[in-house]
Amino acid sequence: MATEPICATLRYQTPPLDERSIYLRRLVVRALEGGGRGHIGSSLSLIEIMRVLYDDILRYRPAEPSWAQRDRCILSKGHGCLAQYAMLADKGFFPLDVLDGFCRYDSILGGHPEAAKVPGIEASTGALGHGLPIGMGRALALRMRGQGARVFVITGDGEINEGSVWEAALSASKHRLSNLVVMIDYNKVQSAGPTAEILDLEPLAEKWCSFGFATTEVDGHDVEALRRLLRHVPLDGDRPTALICHTVKGKGIAFAENDADWHHKSSLKADIIADMYSLLGGR
Amino acid sequence: MRPACINQVFDLAKRDPRVVYIGSDLSPDLTQRMKKEMPGRAFMEGVSEAHVVGMAAGLAMEGFIPFVHTIATFITRRCYEQVAVDLCLHNLPVRLIGNGGGLVYAPLGPTHLAIEDIAIMRALPNMTVVAVCDADEMIRFMDQTLDWPGPIYIRLAKGFDPIVSRDELGFEIGQAIPMRVAADGTSSALLVSTGVATTRALAAAELLAAKGVECTILHMHTLKPFDTEAILGYARDVPVVVTIEEHTLIGGLGSAVTDALVERCRSRLPLIRRLGIPDVFAVKYGNQDELMAMYGLQPPQIADAVREALKLVSA
Repeated sequence: MATEPICATLRYQTPPLDERSIYLRRLVVRALEGGGRGHIGSSLSLIEIMRVLYDDILRYRPAEPSWAQRDRCILSKGHGCLAQYAMLADKGFFPLDVLDGFCRYDSILGGHPEAAKVPGIEASTGALGHGLPIGMGRALALRMRGQGARVFVITGDGEINEGSVWEAALSASKHRLSNLVVMIDYNKVQSAGPTAEILDLEPLAEKWCSFGFATTEVDGHDVEALRRLLRHVPLDGDRPTALICHTVKGKGIAFAENDADWHHKSSLKADIIADMYSLLGGR
Repeated sequence: MRPACINQVFDLAKRDPRVVYIGSDLSPDLTQRMKKEMPGRAFMEGVSEAHVVGMAAGLAMEGFIPFVHTIATFITRRCYEQVAVDLCLHNLPVRLIGNGGGLVYAPLGPTHLAIEDIAIMRALPNMTVVAVCDADEMIRFMDQTLDWPGPIYIRLAKGFDPIVSRDELGFEIGQAIPMRVAADGTSSALLVSTGVATTRALAAAELLAAKGVECTILHMHTLKPFDTEAILGYARDVPVVVTIEEHTLIGGLGSAVTDALVERCRSRLPLIRRLGIPDVFAVKYGNQDELMAMYGLQPPQIADAVREALKLVSA
């Protein structure tokens, strides 16, 4: 069992997006078109994280969303829900055409995910800083029950400005919850601008290490790297795990990349949607 | 009341494996007792209310019934969004035990006076709000918390308050208790109270009775769901309704009673007098009784307010 924090600063050469990653982005754009709005940049940075989780790591049953043995996947940065909606639709938790109703009056898919409405959503999030405390409580409960299920909490980078995240981190570490994994979608751009300017998080890996998490960093768009890493969590059998996923806000839509203006857009016009599709190889 | 509540958590935990306790740097005795007899069922967390409420939500999502305990101001004001989103939106069976509701922490000043806790908790969908009047009633209430759906905010008083509740009157969450009922046709005023203000209302009624003024007292231990029917029924034949609460006049018992009467009273509205804490932070210290006197909530002051209201309607 490792006793020293696992910290690494890596340099990345992100491989080009493959067809599945592009397809999932098209599903996001489909929902954007349906709703005419959405957190574009915040969702696109998440795609590979969600893809690898749902394709390769999580245990779940789409036809039985409350299956007791499932791994709990909590998207704490609820504004990135289009990425999770795309995955859940792709996996059959609900039909693909439900994406077209995004944010509409009678839809189950709101601008932030609700557990009571959407099959596969574990917690209603959107207010930031809630997912890790909830995930910590669930991980504790699962351990108390002797259940082997794991809890994955995906946070944003702006989100971890919230003090509640660090309160929960202290507690998760105190309780030695090795069944808890936090993944930080570190796209370096929050709503109002660069994280480095608004509230610098660096040295981020050292922070999570010092809070008692077995921590490592990964290219959050490198499917193989994510797969390799996630197959080996927990990184330490005696501590929670933190994975800092270096990502690009708006990844895959060149004109939206690394631009805080694309954090969220409303009144999306048809020509913008068409431009997005054209960058993703068409509809 | 506080020891009764905490002891009840222990007893409920022994009876029901779903019950867990989370203290936020408070009540180490209970944590130790539970750790000894029920290892792994009690957690002493740090001074981190936002996290603690989320943690409780997580435990409840997995089938547990967490009782979370800390000082009333901190479990309401400090983590209001967590209470709203994590507990109320998900409608989870978490019980929030707020130590020292109202003016209990008088010597510690306004940071510790939970004077708007009822208002902000009852504003949240799915939340149940309970303020019992003494330790015996606390025991009757706590027994019903196991199977009550959704979150509950439990307002604790100082502890060792006089016992005024009576077993024969029973206890059901959401059902007001008539603590004193004037004989038919003799009631001059309806006094409506909650928490330990009921103790003061009962004493005020004694003072008034000694002067020939008969009152009925309705004890609203549950502020939400609100027993509107009881209010309407007992207010039907009286010219004056006086509400008494150790709480701001904004959004608490007096507001709930007024809402009920204004919206639902079919006959002529009685005169409504609301006794409580004005829209200010406390400027004095001292003790709970001194501050209650400052705000006109002691029995002689309540009796005077009733008499003045009666004079007004008879003029």
